[in-house]
Amino acid sequence: MVEDIKATRNRAAEIGATGVGKTFGAFTALSDISLTVGRGEFLTLLGPSGSGKTTFLMILSGFEAPTSGRLTLDGRDMTATPAEERAFGMVFQGYALFPHMTVEENIAFPLKVQKRPAAEIRRRVSGIIEMVGLGGHGHKRPAGLSGGQQQRVALARALIYQPPVLLLDEPFSALDKNLRGQMQDEMRRLHQETGTTFVFVTHDQSEALALSTRIAIFEKGRLQQIAAPREVYERPASRFVAEFLGDINILPLADLSSDAQGAGGRFEGQVLRAPAAGHLAGANSLAIRPEYIRLHLSRPDTGNAVAARIDHLTYLGAETRLALCTPGGAGLTLILPTAELPSGIGPGTPVWAVWPETRGFLL
Amino acid sequence: MKQSSRFLLLIGPLLLFLVATYLVPFLGIIRWSVTLPEPGLGQYKAALGDPLVLTVFWRTLRICAAVTAGAVTGAYVVTLLWVRGSPLQRLVVELCILIPFWISVLTRAFGWLALLSNKGLINTWLQSLGILSEPLTLVRNEFGVIVGMTHFLIPFAVFPLASSMRNLDERVLMAARGMGAGRARIFWQVFVPMTRPGILGAGLVVFVFALGFFITPAILGGGRSVMVAELIYLRIFQSPDWGLGAAISVILMAGVGILLAAMMRQVRQGASK
Repeated sequence: MVEDIKATRNRAAEIGATGVGKTFGAFTALSDISLTVGRGEFLTLLGPSGSGKTTFLMILSGFEAPTSGRLTLDGRDMTATPAEERAFGMVFQGYALFPHMTVEENIAFPLKVQKRPAAEIRRRVSGIIEMVGLGGHGHKRPAGLSGGQQQRVALARALIYQPPVLLLDEPFSALDKNLRGQMQDEMRRLHQETGTTFVFVTHDQSEALALSTRIAIFEKGRLQQIAAPREVYERPASRFVAEFLGDINILPLADLSSDAQGAGGRFEGQVLRAPAAGHLAGANSLAIRPEYIRLHLSRPDTGNAVAARIDHLTYLGAETRLALCTPGGAGLTLILPTAELPSGIGPGTPVWAVWPETRGFLL
Repeated sequence: MKQSSRFLLLIGPLLLFLVATYLVPFLGIIRWSVTLPEPGLGQYKAALGDPLVLTVFWRTLRICAAVTAGAVTGAYVVTLLWVRGSPLQRLVVELCILIPFWISVLTRAFGWLALLSNKGLINTWLQSLGILSEPLTLVRNEFGVIVGMTHFLIPFAVFPLASSMRNLDERVLMAARGMGAGRARIFWQVFVPMTRPGILGAGLVVFVFALGFFITPAILGGGRSVMVAELIYLRIFQSPDWGLGAAISVILMAGVGILLAAMMRQVRQGASK
């Protein structure tokens, strides 16, 4: 069985999209999407609801036709190829299992479509049932399984015929938080074992950061940025990306200028600096993630520092979230390990929010 | 006043009405069946020992089975067009489902008589086209009864089917397509099994309805294909044999009750699986 699944690695395909657009009447759901999904990659399509990510997945699967643009599979045009001929593996939101079939029959369905010999079907089905951890559930119907188990059936059914691409439409949205974590690990393992190309849709940014080799961020039908998780998080290409991925503090800068060492500007009487490399044209603010800010009771000699008062603290266990307020009325959020919290602070305490110049970026 | 007792007050008149118009008369029928002409189970013994009654029961079951198969199949096609067709198809089908409800059973039975009788439209056409030399006997037999009843009952089968087709998760069909399945396979192996509750429901409605049919078999069967309802009528109104008529009625009711209970259990099991 493992050999069967490993064989998928050789079948993993590369998908290309060039100028793909989709309109529904007067509404533009997608405009001008161009990207390449590499062989064996785990690409996440991330965005708020209505951003076009699911529409793009449906276009990749062949269930929706694009209004403009081209799609390629390993360099060959597949724009007009219907879904049943592309035969990509697909895991739907809500799993879309066949309710009248047992787990085994569900998983065997794509192999029966391919008219495989019965002995081969039996062997491969029982192999993959073990692989996704559903041993002993083969004769149950989907309604008799938990959400996580149904999820596994859907994954097994999509992977068993070694599709060149596996498409996943918010597969974890119906699961509770603990199960989600488990299924994410499972998915990472399946991706490594099968080596197939995964395209995954989610609106959960932490899921995207945890799983993907690259993330494509959608907003209002446009592709905002496509890059590795670390890059989209630390070097977002737009204010939308910066704000969508996690918490961020954005401080407006006055008198912005740049020199050989970096760029800087004034914020409430303090000069704040950040690396100039790759900053956006027309940037007018400095952005800094809450986890990079430290709390000092007096102004340190180096680094960016902003004077503020503590507004309130939220205890989160291992971490504590602090909301600060500057004299000018701007809000700042910090996330500190609870163990590093200075003693004797509370609402009203005057503090300095401090971070290294290299950690901020201009927006 | 408590919520439940207020509710009872509102629904009470309806319950009283049903008790007065169905339960009381039915209890009266049961009493007749064991008291007329003399107390005892003699009438049941007579009914079940009478070859004529058994023939009629057997014929009724046969006709109802054929009508159920025909009406559910026909309704399946109609409903498919209604639920999944183009807007124009939907409109046309909707009219075809609704209009028959406005036309009385009697009119429709006579309509079929005009079409199917020896001098009816179908036979005259086929004869003048030279396809037939002798008219086909299409009415005054079981065939005519089955055609008329099937036609009458198709609209009743549409609604349970429509609700099961509408509740079907479209993504399941997409999933099958995405795995490379062709249209025929998706229809037979996914769509039809997923609408099974609707098929069972429609079958039950049609079958139970058909068991009690009176006017259509009387007109299109022409007295030769007597069904249970007509037999009961004859026993009570023409040969004053009320006890026997009542016993046959009770047997019919019991049969329907057992059938309903069995089907309900099936549907419930299917749903919980």
